[in-house]
Amino acid sequence: MSSECSCHGRCATPEPPSVTGRKIVLSGNPNVGKSVFFGVLTGIYNEVSNYPGTTVEISRGRYRDDLVMDTPGIYGVASFNDEERVARDIILDADIIVNVVDGMHLERDLFLTQQLIDMGKPIVVALNFMDEVEKSDIRLDIGKLSEMLGVTVVPTTAIRRKGLQEVMEAIDHARPGRQDPELVRLLFPSMQEHTGSQAEGLMVMEGDEAVAERLGVRPGKDRERFYLERRNRVNNLTRSVITELKTRPRLSRFLGRAAVNPVTGIPVMGFMLWLMYQVIGVWVAGDIVGFTEETVMQGRYEPWVRKLLAGVVPADSFLDQILTGEFGMLTMTITYLAGLLLPLVLGFYLFLAVLEDSGYLPRLATLVDRVMTFFGLNGRAVIPIILGFGCVQLGTITTRLLGTNREKSIATAILNFTVPCSAQIGVIAGMLAAVGGGLAPLYVAVIFTVLAVLGTVLNKALPGKSSALLIDLPPMRLPRLDNVVRKTLTRSWYFMREATPWFLLGSFIVATLQATGGLQNWQKALTPFTEGWLQIPPEAATAFVMGLVRRDFGAAGLTELAMSPSQVVVSLVVITLFVPCIASLMILFKERGPREATVVWAGSWLVAFLVGGILSQAII
Amino acid sequence: MCLSQIKRGECVRVLRIDSDVIRAQLIRLGICEGSCLTCQERIPFGPFMVRHNRQEIAIGREIANCISVAREVAA
Repeated sequence: MSSECSCHGRCATPEPPSVTGRKIVLSGNPNVGKSVFFGVLTGIYNEVSNYPGTTVEISRGRYRDDLVMDTPGIYGVASFNDEERVARDIILDADIIVNVVDGMHLERDLFLTQQLIDMGKPIVVALNFMDEVEKSDIRLDIGKLSEMLGVTVVPTTAIRRKGLQEVMEAIDHARPGRQDPELVRLLFPSMQEHTGSQAEGLMVMEGDEAVAERLGVRPGKDRERFYLERRNRVNNLTRSVITELKTRPRLSRFLGRAAVNPVTGIPVMGFMLWLMYQVIGVWVAGDIVGFTEETVMQGRYEPWVRKLLAGVVPADSFLDQILTGEFGMLTMTITYLAGLLLPLVLGFYLFLAVLEDSGYLPRLATLVDRVMTFFGLNGRAVIPIILGFGCVQLGTITTRLLGTNREKSIATAILNFTVPCSAQIGVIAGMLAAVGGGLAPLYVAVIFTVLAVLGTVLNKALPGKSSALLIDLPPMRLPRLDNVVRKTLTRSWYFMREATPWFLLGSFIVATLQATGGLQNWQKALTPFTEGWLQIPPEAATAFVMGLVRRDFGAAGLTELAMSPSQVVVSLVVITLFVPCIASLMILFKERGPREATVVWAGSWLVAFLVGGILSQAII
Repeated sequence: MCLSQIKRGECVRVLRIDSDVIRAQLIRLGICEGSCLTCQERIPFGPFMVRHNRQEIAIGREIANCISVAREVAA
């Protein structure tokens, strides 16, 4: 089920360029630099990353007359998760495969290579990270590797553009590699029986249910026999091509362990979070946004666009309200997108890129794995949660990297119920500081309790089983500036492109409601709740209505009210647990479907008012 | 004993993996019955960080529980 819905979003979006030529597919383990090859082949920069499995979306492009497709990083062609299912189908459909291999991890990577060869596809092997191999304590016999695999092997250092030209030239001479004769003998009869393709035949014999069903045959039971036999071949191969020089422990290995060991790892994580708060929460959300949002957008842009339209659109008309009113599509929406969201998104993606490229993220995932299992997640879920503190939409989109649909649902719920975004954190922190020290811990404790209870309940209530952590830890590396910058810009661009139309739609709906008087009625309807149950001023209802549009709007709306310290805490708890902003809601619908999104949205009303009310009865 | 009983710095040989899916996934990462693993780090109640040749892998406790191993004398 999970594969269906997430694949829908992925496979449907990119429009395939109409190509008459061949299909060239890039394939390889996670973090081997496939995306750099894709960028060079097609001229469009994609992204390079160090976190296993980040390339969740498929990129397509054109190289001469041929279609080029990038696939998610996989350890083998099978269907253990969504990414593999997507990659499998693209590989089955390929005419030529460019298999990118990490020269430092031949034993792991060549399993996929050998499997691709066993599928009978013409392939070219790009042996990447050769600069690291040369600096390391191993030497590789590339000629022998090429001879044993039976395909062209090109040594490359993709990030420095070395060897890429040779790979492109080799594509035209790609040929099927040396297959195990015993395997071909086994494969042949079954292949003749139901399919013309050796690749599909192999999948069926390795027990792939989806491929078997498509062909109308029963999946084989020999996966393990094939895998073990292939593993042996790969082990023999690596033994004959690798020469080990003397080994010495490296600094990167020491750092890698320090990030995982709780005694050193927890302070490292604490420092990282503190640094992120200082840079993004204080500097970007405060100083930068203060300049971009207030000085540039509200000070210059908004008066300019109002003046521009003044002659064309009659003042106070319906159209005027929609375009340049309080929630105007040309005023508030554009200010929000360019002045507030863009700086924050850039800041967060910059951090993410540095953390990814350094190899820290999988180690952080390992460190926090235990805590996450209480909520039915594994360590990998730390990534969307951290991003959610920047912007809940960012986090929700990133839940795509989680292994099962169940985990995606849990992480999305946690994000949309309890995680305040950075814009909101700024306002909340200011208000808590103003009411004095004693009550801030109470606020934090309440939010964390809700997070823990919500996660635990969902873990118990949702059917199925979450996947356990099993990731390889890439070596710690110093991130390269150009790569970090390009990645940050590409991702921010894709994110803004995805979020903008939804936000425009959201503000159109709210502006229409306001222009037609619907908003005012809504405010009135909410009043009994605020005064009676939450015991806060009735005007707070306005803030909640604002919170529907933008979470920090909601929080900012509260600063104007005269409230006692206890009332401040109650209202902040409610606004934090309150519904995600319009833009997040749109992303929520898109990623998780209408049913789940509605449950989350309606649930946040309930939880916010329930928890706020209980707290209010206890402390006011 | 199973992999979850491994101590830091210890070397073990994999004897048996009690799950078809996990066995297949581990074979692809390079670990099969007979492989030698060195425990780099163990997180209390959490996952295990093991090294297999030059490759470091984090294995969740649930998975470690279904891998039977025997101690090896450290090389």
